[in-house]
Amino acid sequence: MEELYEILEGIQPEVDFHTATNLIDGHLLDSLSIISLIAELEDTFDISVPAVEIVPRNFNSADAIWAMVERLQEEG
Amino acid sequence: MDSYCSPLYFAFFLPVVVVIYAVLPQRHRWKALLGASWACFWWISGKLLVYLLASTVAIYYLGLWLGSLLAERDSRVRAAERSERKAIKAAYTGKLRGVLVAGILFHLGLLLVLKYAGFFGSNVNNLLSALGLDWSVPELSFALPIGISFYTLQAISYLIDVYRGTIPPDRDLGRLALYMSFFPALMEGPICRYSDTAPQLMEGKPVTWHNLTFGMQRILWGLTKKMVVADRLNPLIQEVFSNYQNHTGAAIFLAMVCYTCQLYMEFSGTMDVVIGSAEIFGITLPENFRQPFFSHTISEFWTRWHITLGTWFRDYIFYPVSLSGPMKKLTSNARKKLGNHFGPLLASSVALFCVWFSNGLWHGAGWNYIFFGLYHFSLILCGSLFEPLTRGLTGKLHIDRQGKPWRAWQLVRTVVLVNIGELFFRADSLRAGMGMFRRMVTGFSLAPFVDGRLLELGVDGKDFVIVAVTMALVLGVSLLHERGVSVRAWVAARRTPVRWACYYALILFLIIFGAYGAAYSPVDPIYAGF
Repeated sequence: MEELYEILEGIQPEVDFHTATNLIDGHLLDSLSIISLIAELEDTFDISVPAVEIVPRNFNSADAIWAMVERLQEEG
Repeated sequence: MDSYCSPLYFAFFLPVVVVIYAVLPQRHRWKALLGASWACFWWISGKLLVYLLASTVAIYYLGLWLGSLLAERDSRVRAAERSERKAIKAAYTGKLRGVLVAGILFHLGLLLVLKYAGFFGSNVNNLLSALGLDWSVPELSFALPIGISFYTLQAISYLIDVYRGTIPPDRDLGRLALYMSFFPALMEGPICRYSDTAPQLMEGKPVTWHNLTFGMQRILWGLTKKMVVADRLNPLIQEVFSNYQNHTGAAIFLAMVCYTCQLYMEFSGTMDVVIGSAEIFGITLPENFRQPFFSHTISEFWTRWHITLGTWFRDYIFYPVSLSGPMKKLTSNARKKLGNHFGPLLASSVALFCVWFSNGLWHGAGWNYIFFGLYHFSLILCGSLFEPLTRGLTGKLHIDRQGKPWRAWQLVRTVVLVNIGELFFRADSLRAGMGMFRRMVTGFSLAPFVDGRLLELGVDGKDFVIVAVTMALVLGVSLLHERGVSVRAWVAARRTPVRWACYYALILFLIIFGAYGAAYSPVDPIYAGF
């Protein structure tokens, strides 16, 4: 999880990812940031994120992103 | 009836449909909506209704086909050993993609032929002539069914969502037909998603007093924006854009600003009428605008302006292209060489180009529209490219990026860039757009603003005062919306005299200051032309 926070803070330093729960709905992460984030998630956690996973419920908070990462790791 | 803002629509067609809908038993109400939608289509486009019906039938059967392939795949995957599952999924992926691509090609092919055949033909002929070749291709021209640019995107999104398994295929042809043709959204959108809109269409909710009054309020607000501002500014815009060579840089500047106001007031006003109409039937359509002129960047602007088009391009072009196999490889390699910021940006820029080229072309068959798309592509890409530099510079200069002065600068910059984009969008051609921009920059002086010449372009001082007052009203409402205050809910919560005073004030304002009648030429519905 700490690795995830580091990645997120590298992409958008002005956001407090420990408390934010509206990253997509609040427009804190735009679509270009999402692509950067996915590239780093795929390399760091050895997962593949398909386009269908890019929905607000998977990206609105660090916890939601982490849950998606764990699920995709499990699905292999 | 060529516009939602024509009296024929809001004073005749809509009330008749509401009455028929209200008196029918709940289970038959959707039929009234479908009948009205097809009648509306027939009224405007006549026999071209056959294109809409063909699209509806095509997505119905292709959706069922995709659904049966997915069900077959899932049952085989469930029955198989874990080690075999990937291979089974891969075997079905090809078949599923084949059906999806056939559906997309059918719809895009139809749109390309009907809307762009003449444009492509004339450009190919220009190219052949420039190369000195004595060949030519026919420049075909077809009658365009109303709303084809909108319902085509809805059809494609339905097929992709079924393919992705995010929605089940619809086995009810009536519901799918209504999703494709729902009359309030037929001409100018919003571009609906099946999962949000289709289930509501069949519910047959009663016409309640709350829905009726809230819907009518929204329609009234939309008509005010359209008829008081957009229509009143029309003579000046028509005159300057049609004969820009005869006008000063100041006049072109004024026409550019007026057109941006007109476009916003016309399109967002029409969306108010559209969403208000659906609200009467208890149907919530997606919002298309969210105070766009409070945006701090062009990227943010496009999350607030024509939202349903932007999200369509994002979900069905940007993400799939960015996350495709070749792009992921490119991102991975580029990250190693260019770092975490510029690496992913390289692949994203390819996807972004596809989005904005398509966005420009979707708006119309003309180079000025393509330029409009690529202009925004360049602005968004530059914004991302220079972000580290801007961040560093503002840091060194101790500028607070969350502070009011910086936010105000961002706001003004975005408004200026949007205005320039709209100049090319409205220009008769790309050449005319370039000519207007050059003339505006090189021939600009403040003198016409003080000597009264700008008041001789079809919009006089009184007109500008009326427009300014209405714009101030819209700005006030937008500020409240931006702070999360619902003005309609606030008015509805007031006592009867206050509430009705507000309604009558707006009705009288529209009747007195609306630009209608023989002396005026209202602006044609801008987005219905796309």
